[in-house]
Amino acid sequence: MTPTIKVENLRVSIPLAAGVLHAVRGISFEVAKGETLCLVGESGCGKSLTSLALMDLLPSRAKREADRIELDGADLLKLGERDMAKVRGSTMAMIFQEPMTSLNPAYTIGNQLEEGIRLHKGVSASEARERAVYLLEKVGITGASSRLGQYPHQLSGGLRQRVMIAMALMCGPDLLICDEPTTALDVTIQAQILHLLKDLQREFDMAVILITHDLGIVARVADRVAVMYAGEIIESGDVDEIFSRPTHPYTQGLMNCIPVPGKTAYGERLGTIPGIVPSMIGEMTGCAFANRCAYAEDICLKTLTTRELVPNHAVRCVRAEEVAALNAGLDTATASAGSPA
Amino acid sequence: MLVYTAKRILLAILVSLTVSALVFSLLYLSGDPATALAGERASQADIMAIRAAYGFDQPVYVQYFKWLAGAVQGEFGESVYFRLPVIDLILERLPVTMTLGVCAMIFALALSIPLGVLAAMYPNSLIDRAALLLAVVGQAMPSFWFALMLIVLFAYWVPILPASGSDSWQHFVLPTIVLGYYATPAFMRLTRTGLLDVLSSDYVRTARAKGLRPAKVLFKHALRNAIIPVVSLAAVQFGFMLTGSIIIETVFALHGAGFLAWESISRSDFPTVQAVLLLFSWFYIILTFLADLLNAWLNPRIRVA
Amino acid sequence: MSVMNTTVPSAEQILGPTPGQILRRKVFGHRGIVIGGGIFLFIVLMALLAPWLAPYDPYHQDLVARLAPPVWHEKGTWDHILGTDQVGRDYLSRLIYGARISLLIGIMAALISGIIGTVMGVAAGYFGGKVDLVVTFLITCRLSLPVILVSLAVVAIVGGSLEMVILVLGLLLWDRYAVVMRASTQQIRSLDYVAAAQAAGCSTWYILAREILPNVMNQLIVVATLEFAHAVLLEAALSFLGLGVQPPLPSWGLMISEGRNYILFDPWLIAIPGSALFMMLLAVNLLGDGVRDVTVPENRA
Repeated sequence: MTPTIKVENLRVSIPLAAGVLHAVRGISFEVAKGETLCLVGESGCGKSLTSLALMDLLPSRAKREADRIELDGADLLKLGERDMAKVRGSTMAMIFQEPMTSLNPAYTIGNQLEEGIRLHKGVSASEARERAVYLLEKVGITGASSRLGQYPHQLSGGLRQRVMIAMALMCGPDLLICDEPTTALDVTIQAQILHLLKDLQREFDMAVILITHDLGIVARVADRVAVMYAGEIIESGDVDEIFSRPTHPYTQGLMNCIPVPGKTAYGERLGTIPGIVPSMIGEMTGCAFANRCAYAEDICLKTLTTRELVPNHAVRCVRAEEVAALNAGLDTATASAGSPA
Repeated sequence: MLVYTAKRILLAILVSLTVSALVFSLLYLSGDPATALAGERASQADIMAIRAAYGFDQPVYVQYFKWLAGAVQGEFGESVYFRLPVIDLILERLPVTMTLGVCAMIFALALSIPLGVLAAMYPNSLIDRAALLLAVVGQAMPSFWFALMLIVLFAYWVPILPASGSDSWQHFVLPTIVLGYYATPAFMRLTRTGLLDVLSSDYVRTARAKGLRPAKVLFKHALRNAIIPVVSLAAVQFGFMLTGSIIIETVFALHGAGFLAWESISRSDFPTVQAVLLLFSWFYIILTFLADLLNAWLNPRIRVA
Repeated sequence: MSVMNTTVPSAEQILGPTPGQILRRKVFGHRGIVIGGGIFLFIVLMALLAPWLAPYDPYHQDLVARLAPPVWHEKGTWDHILGTDQVGRDYLSRLIYGARISLLIGIMAALISGIIGTVMGVAAGYFGGKVDLVVTFLITCRLSLPVILVSLAVVAIVGGSLEMVILVLGLLLWDRYAVVMRASTQQIRSLDYVAAAQAAGCSTWYILAREILPNVMNQLIVVATLEFAHAVLLEAALSFLGLGVQPPLPSWGLMISEGRNYILFDPWLIAIPGSALFMMLLAVNLLGDGVRDVTVPENRA
């Protein structure tokens, strides 16, 4: 089966006064129908730019390059602005992080919901309205038809994000990109929105790319995970595999930052990753994580490759096997000692 | 919206009153208004006569309320120089100033908004740089000097336009350019920065993510929000233009209200000066009031409270 | 996790160039600042060194040599490089001394109005409530009064002089300071570090001086350049209308006014001081724009 979206060697660079910022440096992934891929990473790792690059919505001074971006088998790189606009919002839709500012304050909800489908599908005003009401009900908004006449400032953040989701689904997209869809919301609302997304994905059988920095969300919704660091995917694979056998030292570091009920002892210090992200301005050779890595050796600063250790689990680390082996040993050691080293 | 309008009316009235008091008190800056009115060569008897005629012998607040009561009814007393009711003088001159103001405003908006939009759509392009240059040069150009240079150019060297007077439409061409050009940089910059802001906003990104055409994104989603501050500025600038008309009308000898103000100032005709000053201020207050209402109406957050 | 033996990256590796280096690079890479700063520096030097630079006494009249054309004119001579005016005063010398008047008025008016406007704006933004209400009301009233007309009227009543023009402009041009300072103070007031300073028990004065002022400084500088230019322009306009600086002081606006009668045959009489005025305003505006450009942080994607 062809994947819904297939990306090869995507790069995004931004020229700044201090030099060229290589924000995304050659990432590849694919997502199939009905599947959820989570892009995880800390802020500034390039995950949001990746999503904008797929939609071709990057800020004008940012430059996008790639070997291939295919949606339903069609090459998006070859499309002009006009044809790209036809894809946007119809076969590929996006939900943004900030529901408070993502809706135009000057127009009603109904107006903003309906304009996309009227353009893409050429449906009548009443059909568009029907679809809007249907989807508003789907995303759990009561009194949907009366909401259509309201302005964004009259809705709460959670409601607005539901409206954004409904808006993204108006044309029945094959691919839904969600950029931190719950970060700006209260924790209780977060859970509701995530459930909603999961349900809708199943119902409409979409491919979903969910961007987040929250491993808790990943564990809950992802089928597959790609961990990003400094503009690269440093580890990717099935969600169970990644959570049970994190191999890249950075992923391990991330996992150590979350407390695990029943495993993390009371009063125990949670892990931290020492050091900070390197400047991404200018060219970089070798591993971007080397300056913070406990396993780093001279070779790490020279070469870098991505390898599959087991099927569906790729790690971008030259010493991946050794690290995995060391780690397995360490795990048994700590298990037998009964306390963390 | 109703509450907002009521509040705004109250504010406008308060401001009008305060401004009227300030305008009135201007005459007392010199210490004795009668001496100021009479001029330097007046005798003691003249001064006494003026004092009685204008009521300067009464308490100041009585004078103020009398003056204000007259002003509200359009009664500003008699011009010291022309010996005519001030209000008639102003009404006779006002059409010229208004024509100039409206022409200059249209000229400025027609030049600056398209330029500002283009500059915002193509930042750092040639057109953006040209617009920026125009704005920088325009801001640095003293309007009276620009007016004089245009007179040298178009009235003497290439004599195609009249240098002074207000008899035909040709007389308004150069003043319109000077006064309009004076307001252009502010409009252009505001349109540009406003639109740049809006174009990088989340909701424009949403609109683009919906696959709307660039023209639709620009005209429906971006311009509507970017133009709101321009509306306010237009009101403010129209007020400034009226003031600017003092200089422009003086240079081009256009017989408008601004020219009247300058004449009256140089002739120490203070009742006329006060009247023009007060009317210009009130006009500005009404304009900003209307602009605020229009703004509120354009902005659903205020309209649908 | 045990201690990871990482190599700690050096400061340069992480941060790239320091903020100071970036600022310096931006300033000297900004064409507006370099050009504007260059012209402005030139005018300031001209004003400071006027007694040594001016070839003649700017007040010395020589009716025999009146209305001599500038040197590039076919009848011009090197005796008077920019020619002479209608009473035979050397135009170059008057131009050089005129820079002093413009600079003096610009700086003093920007300073006086800056103090008034900043105090009002910061107070309104910081204290809010009734203070804010009063200040906003005062700003609205001030904006309703047309500057040119009021200053013309005041000067006409009280009499024109250099000091009077400075005072009138200083007392009239505070509105933009107040508006901008109010807005930026409000913005900073709501930030956490001000709340933190309050929680730590810092006095109001300390917070205003150490937390608020340094953070509104950039905007203050930008407004100051704008108001400097505004004051210079208004002085020229007032003097041009005959109600500003009084003759025989060599003000550029006054020079244009005096040259107006000779506009037809000796247009350089207005072209020269006008160009000087234009260059000065251009330089200050470029500087102001540049400061704004340079101090706006580059937003990270």
